[in-house]
Amino acid sequence: MTTTHTTTHGRVAVAPTIIVLLLWMMVPLGMTMWFSLQRYNLLEPDTIRFVGLLNYHYFLSDPVFWRGLLNSILIVFWVLVVSTVGGIGLALLLDQPIFGRGLVRLMVIAPFFVMPSVTALVWKNLLMNPISGVLAWVFKSLGLAPIDWFAHYPLTAIIMMVAWQWLPFATLILLTAMQSLNEEIREAAMMDNARPIPYFFGIILPHLARPLTVVILIESIFLLNVFAEIYVTGTGGPAGNLPYLVYFQGLLNFDVGGASAGGIVAVVLANIVAIFLMRMVGKNLEN
Amino acid sequence: MARRGSVIKKVGLSGVAWAIGFLLFFPILWTILTSFKSELDAFSYPPKFLVFDWTWENYEVIQQRSDYIGFAVNSLILSLGSSLLALLFAVPAAWAFAFAPGRRRKDTLMWILSTKMMPPVGALIPIYLIFRDTHMLDTRTGLILVLMLMNLPILVWMLYSYFKEIPEEIVEASRLDGAGLWQEIIFVLLPMAVPGIASTLLLNIILAWNEAFWTLNLTTTEAAPLTAFIASYSSPEGLFWAKLSAASTAAIAPILILGWFAQKQLVRGLTFGAVK
Repeated sequence: MTTTHTTTHGRVAVAPTIIVLLLWMMVPLGMTMWFSLQRYNLLEPDTIRFVGLLNYHYFLSDPVFWRGLLNSILIVFWVLVVSTVGGIGLALLLDQPIFGRGLVRLMVIAPFFVMPSVTALVWKNLLMNPISGVLAWVFKSLGLAPIDWFAHYPLTAIIMMVAWQWLPFATLILLTAMQSLNEEIREAAMMDNARPIPYFFGIILPHLARPLTVVILIESIFLLNVFAEIYVTGTGGPAGNLPYLVYFQGLLNFDVGGASAGGIVAVVLANIVAIFLMRMVGKNLEN
Repeated sequence: MARRGSVIKKVGLSGVAWAIGFLLFFPILWTILTSFKSELDAFSYPPKFLVFDWTWENYEVIQQRSDYIGFAVNSLILSLGSSLLALLFAVPAAWAFAFAPGRRRKDTLMWILSTKMMPPVGALIPIYLIFRDTHMLDTRTGLILVLMLMNLPILVWMLYSYFKEIPEEIVEASRLDGAGLWQEIIFVLLPMAVPGIASTLLLNIILAWNEAFWTLNLTTTEAAPLTAFIASYSSPEGLFWAKLSAASTAAIAPILILGWFAQKQLVRGLTFGAVK
């Protein structure tokens, strides 16, 4: 019973949201594009002038940029792999009848609520310090040489920290989805004496398609924008991703033009990812 | 025999699950334990697990030295303020998508979600300059606005997923009774949607509390929330692990507890009702 009257009301009610989001998208993005075509350094405000694509040229011919782009992609890729594969495994495990399931669930989900700057400092100092960190102690107890994570494997360290935060998220969502798998289907599978592997690939995995889509969508949005873990641990040099490079170029080097060019590249990357994701979401969330 | 086998299986699986759960929780547990140690014990090798002189001293120090409560108040104001402000925009919008859809509902909803895909770095430099010129850098107002806009798309989607489960007949009946737009939203929809709105609010408080891109880049002292408070511990001065741990524990405890209570709503909310 949607009358023209209610449709008008509907438009009025949606309008404020659309307008503020449109402004929020278009104004900064337009300005970033404009700045990216200027020679614009905050320390030399008198020398602002139009330079065309020069900033992009500098940015794209700088190996630091390619390193940053690669780091961005590696962080998203590896954290997605660890959290979805690990999440499915953990969800399968926690779906079994086990003692104290509620408590295990609380422990598993906890890292998701830890703010990124805390994760960064706790991991860097308490856990990964090569002399007194817990990991160093574990390695030495096993007779191995402790690893100086941030000196030798900074990107791996960042990926470990970020994966630690997002694995719980994937687990929680996949577990909830698994538990909604109809009891009858399970019982039928038990009756048929379904073997675990075909049962997993034939019944469980298809059932998880939708929640997995959502997990990948949400995680990608956040993972492309990982910043605090890199900023707080001071690993921007070797492990900086695009957000970090833009921050570095703009707010530390005061090069507004160059930073803006980096920002636009980040937007383009996000859009490529988004096109994939939106298709997937559109398909999977339809019904 | 079969039963005995299943008990053994249950014990085995429980053992594995507890081990993994403990491993994942360990960094948090370790932080909490370290927060009660003296700096010397915190740095000792091999690590001291439970046997050390327990002390509250670190918590007193972080309050005196770096004003924990001041930052916590900012975190509370920013997360609550931005979430409430976003609700003002999102409730009417979600109502419209659920009960007064135009022809392009799906496209509009997708567009709203797609704004979330725009990376904040694409907007950082202009926002920073605009804030600098309008004296909004390091103000709560500025950050509330930014956090509100950041989370608005998610709020609209979450609320929409809750609203569309309310039977349309009830809303339509009120229309037949001659309820106007605002009456319909305030007196008919809101009372039925309280649980959904509460979960949405809760989840957005969690997201805003932990947001660490804008809060780190746009604040220095006045409006700085706990994310910045922690970041200030990143340059070590002598032995500082115990103090760092106390600061970390104090920064994450409120949200950890809130999050534990909100697990179910969290799943439903973050998947926009696709997983319940």
